[in-house]
Amino acid sequence: MGWFDILIYVLFGIGVFFNLLAGVGLLRFPDVYTRLHAGTKCTTFGSIFLVGSVILIGLKMWYTGSTDGSVLALHSGFALIAILLTNPTGAHAIARAAHRSGVKPVKAVVDDLEHKAVKKPAKEKSVKKKTEAKK
Amino acid sequence: MIPFEHYMIVLGILVLSIIMAIIRVIRGPTAPDRVVGIDTINTIVIVAMVLFGAAYQEVIYIDVAIVYALLSYISTLFIAKYLEGGDF
Repeated sequence: MGWFDILIYVLFGIGVFFNLLAGVGLLRFPDVYTRLHAGTKCTTFGSIFLVGSVILIGLKMWYTGSTDGSVLALHSGFALIAILLTNPTGAHAIARAAHRSGVKPVKAVVDDLEHKAVKKPAKEKSVKKKTEAKK
Repeated sequence: MIPFEHYMIVLGILVLSIIMAIIRVIRGPTAPDRVVGIDTINTIVIVAMVLFGAAYQEVIYIDVAIVYALLSYISTLFIAKYLEGGDF
């Protein structure tokens, strides 16, 4: 086993670890937005390393004389480009759709425009301050 | 070369991650939860297809993965547009 195989195994380990972390985060997080955070970014990062290891395998096959290796590396590169272009865009679309369809974050963010009836005394205070400033 | 069993170990761990995402799709309280789970499953299936192509040394599996990536992207965008509730 040369240093190139060890590099391929290291890339396998990193990619599999992040993909497993995506599944665990998808189960454990309390909210749509945090689940999106785990389920999309971790799989994108893990996919970079796993497909990158396949590209290295193809380059090694090409170097040792097989003609399939160059085609394997090139098409894996195209698959990686497709993943990198489509995955964050889909995540953005899902997050926007969830926010516009009225899904609230669980105790993570305070939405200022949400409880307008509760904030009425604060409004009166600000009016008083303005009148005092005018005087 | 990397032996065939090591590819199968990596793919087994990926299947474990897919099972956790399927549990989220079944249990998800709201509709965007299920969409997030399906999007995660799609990405992991693409990576698994590329690894299968490297394991069996068949380039046609990787072409299938590219087409699957683009079609799953279109379906995710369409479901998001449907959840948003606007006109198309």
